[in-house]
Order: sequence, then C-alpha cells, then structure tokens
Amino acid sequence: MEDLKDMTAHELAPRIKSGELKAEEVARDTLRLIEEKDPAINAYLAVRPESVIADARDVDRRVAAGEFTGTLAGVPIAIKDAICTKGLETTCASRILEGFVPPYDATVIARLREADAVILGKTNMDQFGMGSSNENTGFEICRNPLDTDRVPGGSSGGSAAALAAGTAVLALGEDTGGSIRQPAAFCGVVGLKPTYGRVSRYGIIAYGSSFDQVGPMARNVEDCARLLGVIAGHDHMDTTSSSEAVPDYTATLKRGIEGLRIGVPEEYMAEGLDGAVKESVGRAIERMEALGARVESVHLPHTEYAVAAYYILVTAEASSNLARYDGVKYGYRGDDGGASAGGGAPTAGEAGGVTGSQALAPEDRLSAMYGSVRSEGFGLEVKRRIMLGTYVLSSGYYDAYYDKAQRVRTLIKGDFDQAFEKVDLLVAPTTPTTAFHIGDKIGDPLQMYLSDIYTVPINLAGVPAISLPCGKDPDSMPIGLQIIGPHFGEERILRAAYAFEEATGP
Amino acid sequence: MNYEAVIGLEVHAQLLTNSKIFCGCPVAFGGEPNSRVCPICLGMPGVLPVLNRRAVEYTIRMALAVDGRVAETSAFARKNYFYPDLPKGYQISQYDRAGEPISLDGGIEIEGEDGPRFVRLRRIHLEEEAGKSIHSEPGYDPDLSYIDFNRTGVPLMEIVSEPDIRSPREASAYLARLRQILQYIGVCDGNMDEGSLRCDANVSIRKPGDPLGELVEIKNMNSMRSMERALEFEIERQADLLDDGGRVVRQTRLWNEEERETFPMRSKEEAHDYRYFPDPDLVTVEIARSWVDEIGEDLPELPDVRMQRFVEDYGLPQDMARQLTENRARADYFEACVGQVAGDASGEAASQDSGEASGKAAGDARTVSNWMLSELLRVQHENRMDQQTLEERIPPDHLAQLLGQIKEGKISGKIGKDVLDVMAESGKAPASVIEEQGLVQISDTGELEGVVDGILAEHPDDVADYRAGKTKLLGFFMGQVMRATQGKANPKLVNELLRKKLAEG
Repeated sequence: MEDLKDMTAHELAPRIKSGELKAEEVARDTLRLIEEKDPAINAYLAVRPESVIADARDVDRRVAAGEFTGTLAGVPIAIKDAICTKGLETTCASRILEGFVPPYDATVIARLREADAVILGKTNMDQFGMGSSNENTGFEICRNPLDTDRVPGGSSGGSAAALAAGTAVLALGEDTGGSIRQPAAFCGVVGLKPTYGRVSRYGIIAYGSSFDQVGPMARNVEDCARLLGVIAGHDHMDTTSSSEAVPDYTATLKRGIEGLRIGVPEEYMAEGLDGAVKESVGRAIERMEALGARVESVHLPHTEYAVAAYYILVTAEASSNLARYDGVKYGYRGDDGGASAGGGAPTAGEAGGVTGSQALAPEDRLSAMYGSVRSEGFGLEVKRRIMLGTYVLSSGYYDAYYDKAQRVRTLIKGDFDQAFEKVDLLVAPTTPTTAFHIGDKIGDPLQMYLSDIYTVPINLAGVPAISLPCGKDPDSMPIGLQIIGPHFGEERILRAAYAFEEATGP
Repeated sequence: MNYEAVIGLEVHAQLLTNSKIFCGCPVAFGGEPNSRVCPICLGMPGVLPVLNRRAVEYTIRMALAVDGRVAETSAFARKNYFYPDLPKGYQISQYDRAGEPISLDGGIEIEGEDGPRFVRLRRIHLEEEAGKSIHSEPGYDPDLSYIDFNRTGVPLMEIVSEPDIRSPREASAYLARLRQILQYIGVCDGNMDEGSLRCDANVSIRKPGDPLGELVEIKNMNSMRSMERALEFEIERQADLLDDGGRVVRQTRLWNEEERETFPMRSKEEAHDYRYFPDPDLVTVEIARSWVDEIGEDLPELPDVRMQRFVEDYGLPQDMARQLTENRARADYFEACVGQVAGDASGEAASQDSGEASGKAAGDARTVSNWMLSELLRVQHENRMDQQTLEERIPPDHLAQLLGQIKEGKISGKIGKDVLDVMAESGKAPASVIEEQGLVQISDTGELEGVVDGILAEHPDDVADYRAGKTKLLGFFMGQVMRATQGKANPKLVNELLRKKLAEG
C-alpha cells in the first residue's frame, strides 16, 4: 500500500466508496503509523484502535452492501482534544479534565460521523487552547515532526503535527486567536479558521466563546474545502451559528484568481517580521500577481492594539468559561477528594461529597477543595489567564479594560470592513517567525503572545482566514501564507489558496 | 424615637414553562434527585444555552400586567460566583451594564398603611435557577454534601421594586398582590412552601424627611409570615442601634425562623464581586412590538378587572367580590359553579321574563358566594386541606348540585352542610352522599303529621302553655320534631304543620 502521507481525502474517499480500497486497510495502516511515529511526536492524547477498526469496517460493510456512504467515507481524521467525542476521553489537554468521557458528541463530530469519516483519536494541544507552542499541554509535549526540537505551534499543535507526520489524512482544529493557522504554518500544512458562526460551537470546550471557531486542517487546500463543507452550517444547538447557506466549496475551487483584488496590509509587513518569512511572503504575493490578481497595499490602522485587546477579552471570557472546572461534577478532584465522577450525568445520590480537613468549617473546606482542585488541575498559563480575566472584569476595572477592549474590537472590525470595500482578499504572513525551539519562549509570555500578532486581529473581527505553506526558511522550516477574506468569504479564500498551491506545488 | 421604614423587595418567581430556560429538560417540582438533567443544565464542557421563547413570553406577560416598559432588545449577562450547586460557575442573568432587562418601570397598587399605595417597579428580568444543595438531611450521609440539579435551569423571573414600601404589612400586601397577579396570568404557581416564589428584602430606616439610611439586605425568608417577622425584627434592630447612638452597617443578613432573628452573613460570603459581563453564548433578544401586542391581547383578565366585573355582573358586594377574586382558582371555581346553578335553573326560568331570570342568577351567585366563603372555607380549615385539594374533592359542579338539592327542598340547608363535610372527605357527588346516608328530607305531609302529632301528645303541658300565649315554644316543638327525624324533616312543612295543629286545639 502507498504511503499514507501522500494520500488525500479527495482521492481516498472515492476509492473506498468504489470498493477499490478497504477503509479497514487504511485504518490499520494509520494505526500502525501512529504506533510507530507518535511516541517521538506526541500528537495524540487518546487513540482507541478497536473503535477505529469497527468504524472502518462498518464503512466497508455498507460499501459492499451497496448502501449510501458519506463524502468522507473511510477517511481517517484526527480531532483536537477541545472537541467533545461521545465515549472518547476529552480533556482539552488539561489534568483538570482527566478521565472526562463526554456523554455527547459535538455537532461537528456528529456531522463527521454522518459523512462516514473514521475518527482516529484526540490530538494534543495547549491546555484549553491557551498557548502558541503546545508547551502548555498538561501531558507530554507535542513536537514538530519536521524538527523534533522545535514546537509544532499551538494550540492545535497536535492536529498539525499528525498531518505533517502522516498519521492522519484530515484533522479538526479550533482557532481562538490563531490556533489553527499558526500550527499549520509551523508544520507546513493547510488550516482554515472559518467566519465566526460558520461552524457550530456546540460541544467545543469553550475558551473565548466570542472567538472560538472549529476549522478544517489538511495537507492540501482541496481537502480543507471538502472538510469545511461537511462541518459548516447552522445548528439549532448554537444560537450564535449562522443560517447563511453553505456553498459547495469544491465547486468553485479551480476557477483561478484572475482579476481578484488582493490587499497587503502594511502593518503586517513591518517591524518584528523575520527576514526569511517576509521574503517568502513577498514572493508569494508576486506569484499571485503573476496568476492575474491585482495587488495593492492597504491599511489596518488599529493593528497595534489587537493583541492587547484580544488578551483582555479572551481572558475575561475564559475566566468565566473555566469556572465550571471545580472538581464537583467531573474530572480532577485531587487526592483527598474521594470518588471523582467520570463522564455522564451524576445519578441519584451520587453527586459526590465535599471533603477536606475536618477541622475547618464547611465553607472553608469547600474553598480549600476549590483551591486544591484548581491549583493542581490547571496549568500555569491557564491560571495566569484566569487571573488576568478575573481582574479585567472586576468591579472598578471593567470600564478601563473590558469595556475599552470591546471598543477596540469594534475599531478593528471597522478596519477590516473598510479594507474589504477596496479589495477582495488580504494576504499576509501567518506568523512573524517559523517554528521556534522548545523552551525558547515559554519563560516569556509576552514574547509568546506576540507570536499571534498576525492571527489575533482576524479573530477579533470574526472574519475567515487560511494558512498554507509558501516556502521554507534557511533551516528548512515551513513558512505560512495567510489569506484573509470578508465574512463568509471562505469560498474566495479557498479559490485563491488553491490557485497558489497549484502554481507552487503542495 | 419614631422612624420610618423604607423597604424594597426582590421577588423571584419560577415560571411555569414546560421546559427549562436553556435546555429541553422538563420543569417540575421534586422528583428523584438528578433525574431531570442533561449535559446543558449540568454545564458540562462545550455545551451551549438556547433560550426558551416561552420564558421570555411569560416575562413580557408579567411586564404588561404591571404596566412595565418592554425592551426592544434585551441581553443576557453572566453573574460569576463559585458554588457547588451552580454547575457552570456562573448564572445566566440580566444586568444593566450588560444589556437591558426585559422590562423596566411599571408598578402595582396595594392597600397601604394609610390608604392605597403605589409601589413602583424598577425592572423585571429573566435568569436561570441554581440547583439545590442538601446538607445533613435524613437519608443522606451527614458528613457529605449532596447536590440535586433537577431545579437547575428552571426559568426564574426577578421582579425588583423601588423602595416604596413603608411597613412589614405593606411588604406582605405587595407580595400577596404580586403573587395574585402571577397566578392570574398563569406564569407562576406562587407556592412559597415549594420555593417557586421567593423574596429578599432591602430595609433601611430614617427619621421622616431624612435622606435614606444605610441599607441592609435580608435573605432566607421562606413564607409571607416569616417575611413580616423578619422585617419587624430588622426594623426594631436598626431603631435600637440608632437610639443607642450606634449606626447601621450595610450588610446582608439571614433570617433564622427558629431563633426569630436576623444574623449577619459571613463577610466572606457576601464579599462577592459577580464580574457581570455579556454572555457571548447568547445572541441579543429582539422583541418585536407585534409580538408584545399579541401577548397583550391574550393576557388573561387581571384580578382588579375581574373583581369589578363580579360586582357588576353578579351584583355582589365589593368585599365579597374581592374575596372571591383573591386567587384565580377561586374566581374560576365561583364562575364555574354559578354557571352550573344558572344552567340547571335556566330550564325552569325559560318561560319567565328575562328580568326575573337575571335577578334569579344574581340570587344564585349570592348563594354560591355565601357557601364558598363560609362553608367551603370552614370545611377546608377543618380538614386541614389546601385550596387545591378541596377544589379537587368538591369540584364546582358538585357544589352546584348540592345547592340545587337544597333549593329543590330535597335536603335542608343544615343537612346540606353535613353533606358537604362528607363530600370533602370522600370526594363523592352530593346525590350519592344523600342517598347513602339516607338524608333525603322528609317532605311527605302524612309522615310528618304523624311525627308532629306524636310530639304534641308527648308534651301536653307545653301545648297548653303555647295556646295560652307562650308562642316562643314553637322553636321547642321544631327542635323536637327535628330530633325525632334526625334533622331530615322539611322545616318549612313542619313549621306549617305545627302552627296548624297548635291553632286547631
């Protein structure tokens, strides 16, 4: 059998549907590769081979019986651990959710199952999506398969690393401030953050609710388009999901970019940008011009405030979203906690007791339990962000921080609205540098936050953007090109990305 | 020193929707712990709320009933605090800083200390109910705390008044009035015992004319009576403090029903900064004017209007009409019963002219009203039943039938009361009670004549006294006949017979 690394979903699914290739063969091959390669990479947190094989066999059985199978029939897909999978442990890579087995599927997972994709397992990430390097995982650090001394990026680093290592054909990531695009750039794969509201958030473990979007990750643009088509669309379980019709993203993919107006934000090509990245992105822009696009320079004047506004708003939301992890209902309860409930609803009389030092008053014992559960269960960066978020929302500081940051967000949205009156798409680097070495930035959170400088504004504005490879630096580490579109401009983004990919080779 | 109390109330009413506010779990009281829960109301990772339209509709209904101003757009906010029975670590509520509540302003009129008083409302908003913590209750390990999440996510409407209330009695009147309206418009059962209606109070005192004093919040008042007691205690406590030259400290206090005292909450517990901010999981609610109009058109008749109608349509005195309309169930019962009585009578009345017929209906209404407000309440009391149970045992058509039997002379009014007692105990129809107990009135003149003759024969001296002018003795003879017939004799006939026989001699 050919190397899985060279396989694409759009080729694989038709072959499985025709019976030429068995889904079970593909699944076994993938599991073998995971077993072989993953110990050095740690892209996966949980893999359940039995259910992978069972799902694949079911596809084969239905193909053999001449029954209908979905667009992703038999395609092995890796799932970021922030996405709830029924019956499969989901931890957000945090110890505080260790042992949590959701009794429900996220809507995107239900849609993948309907499309007959084969879910391989859950991928590593920065805890709760908080990080840009995967060093904030609560478990083993995920490494970049292209250079295992380097980070795969974050927070969807595991998904990107699995694709780069060839241990998955497709992957789901989730992007709050760059968490799909930055690891895609660092690992040399393709990742798209859809318009806010394009994909249901039901069952996605919330970090920054007004930013979070699940998106497709793949080794090529066409697969990305296909996967987006499967997961996109309104969901009655998520009132923030849009009822905007979902187009067939593959239908217009090959129409080229002749005449498309492309803007290059000057603020994104400025100070702090690595030379090799700048050069590579510059060449990509020239290439697009050569393909018929009209390139012009544009301004996004409020860019410099984006990172600050983002870290106020996202941590405010996170401080509230993460309050539910208190050791009472599921997940980590600490050593003195007695029975910590697993997944599922607590049953009658099994809600669990609040224990602690008997010498303390009940209220103090409760506080002590919260204290130990949350201190031990959450990682450092998570705690830092909870404290930051708690602070910016607290009485007396709300107006100075949260409220002001909301106003900055409105200005940044305005920047994009104005830019998209002049141009069809924006093109920029995804990250200021290529993948850095493990340990390089973990001691300096501000440096780490600044690695999101080109991706964060897109989340603040809620617009879609893709990252795809556009070259390599002198160390052979991949460089990501970011293509940004207006609200619900995914079709246009994918078309431009495809044209560029075709012209440069995947 | 005389002080004036300044009181504002925050009332929480659980809404009678079928499902919870943000998920599809059923709303019902009690049930096996944690049997009415789902990942959404348990706040499991990744779940999202979807707003129950009916809960918004009920809140608008209340707003319209109290002349509130319904917002065009309303938003939800998160109120953040840690407690084990709050599964998400925040309560979805509404907060001024983070979007308008569903209704602002409005108010209700109550019977005040000196005449009618208008209590203004500040706002009405919607939020979700928390779960129930269980500490050392029978059947549970006393060393552990338990949580029942059945209640979590039940829609809760909060009605906040301005500090326009001036005494504990007015506070009671206000709460009773709110409860009455809630029940009338069918959005809350108003049951304080089960906690579906709850109340917190803000109290301060001042010398008349002075600016507002330091405010104390009182929680944990679980009935109308405990609220009155708590307020009385608190006003006195504050007055004593001021009289002794001390000052009132702004704080939250808990009412302790056993000790009959308020105690300060631990300062740690009240030092909450709820960090409200707009809930990013819920979109802004847009309330179309046409929807509000529609809800307004379907608004059930409000208590005041109904009371006035009772006065006009049934010719009842104001006082009686007020008692009958005190709660919607009772008013409904009355009208159902009058309808039955009038319906039964309309056959006979058909040939008579309409003026007489309506006069008759008014008479029937008066009879029904008399029986309801005296006999039904008596039976309810004696049997220690609640109103609902009584009304189930004696449905309106049964009472109508009973009054019919009395009217037709089948039984006496006095026997009717005994029949009512049996009806309350057994739930049987009056006809079968009368039948089973052999209570049919003796209206057979021949039979009664025999009894009367016998009694007169037994008491020749009394007969002689009567005939000598001691006519008061008629009552004595009546009593004797009634005793002999176990009260079943038709009193009108007996009266006639006695007069005739005594006159004959």
